[in-house]
Amino acid sequence: MVNEGPYNHQASDSAYRFTKAALDKGHEIFRVFFYHDGVYNGTRLGVPPQDDRNITQLWQELAAEHDLDLVVCVAAAQRRGILDADEAKRHGKDADNIAERFRISGLGQLIEAGIKADRLVVFGD
Amino acid sequence: MAMLHTVNKSPFERTALQSCLGHALEGASVLLFEDGVYAAMQGTAVSAQVSEALGKVRFYVLGPDLRARGLREDRVIDGIQVVDYDGFVDLVTSHDNVQAWL
Repeated sequence: MVNEGPYNHQASDSAYRFTKAALDKGHEIFRVFFYHDGVYNGTRLGVPPQDDRNITQLWQELAAEHDLDLVVCVAAAQRRGILDADEAKRHGKDADNIAERFRISGLGQLIEAGIKADRLVVFGD
Repeated sequence: MAMLHTVNKSPFERTALQSCLGHALEGASVLLFEDGVYAAMQGTAVSAQVSEALGKVRFYVLGPDLRARGLREDRVIDGIQVVDYDGFVDLVTSHDNVQAWL
């Protein structure tokens, strides 16, 4: 679970590096759940400087390689303006911004992950 | 098997380490990472407390986060083991559960 946005302290970087290390060691990551400001990991409109890491893109690449389930909490996302096409339409907004490989869903996905995974590791501030 | 506690804030900024040590049971492990690594250094205002706690819990510190802050492994308190991200993963799998002191 990632509770803090990218480029804000270190939680997203730590979560990414932990996830990558776990996958490299052959473990299964059942899901990465982005909650609170962590939902900012999932915007496709971020443009970090060229000499900085692009955390959203790092997640996308890792997800593409390992078929990771990257879930953004819907309630946290709506408050912060992170929308997919369906949510944008439902709320009458003129655009959506969810990054490819991320999906918006509910807290039930966190509960399910807590039940099905052997360990739950929380990164935040 | 026991609980792994993670502390990611400096003991000079937050009370996360104090809360953790106040709750951790004998035989538990504490991983210091991000700004939590400052608690692993010798000669600080909390090093005596950390050394004393080493009699009850095992301490680990994340090496990459030490190096990112210009801190040297040879200045880490005796008895604290330096691990990398692979070691972080192994700590998670070798403990029953993980408590993050955010």
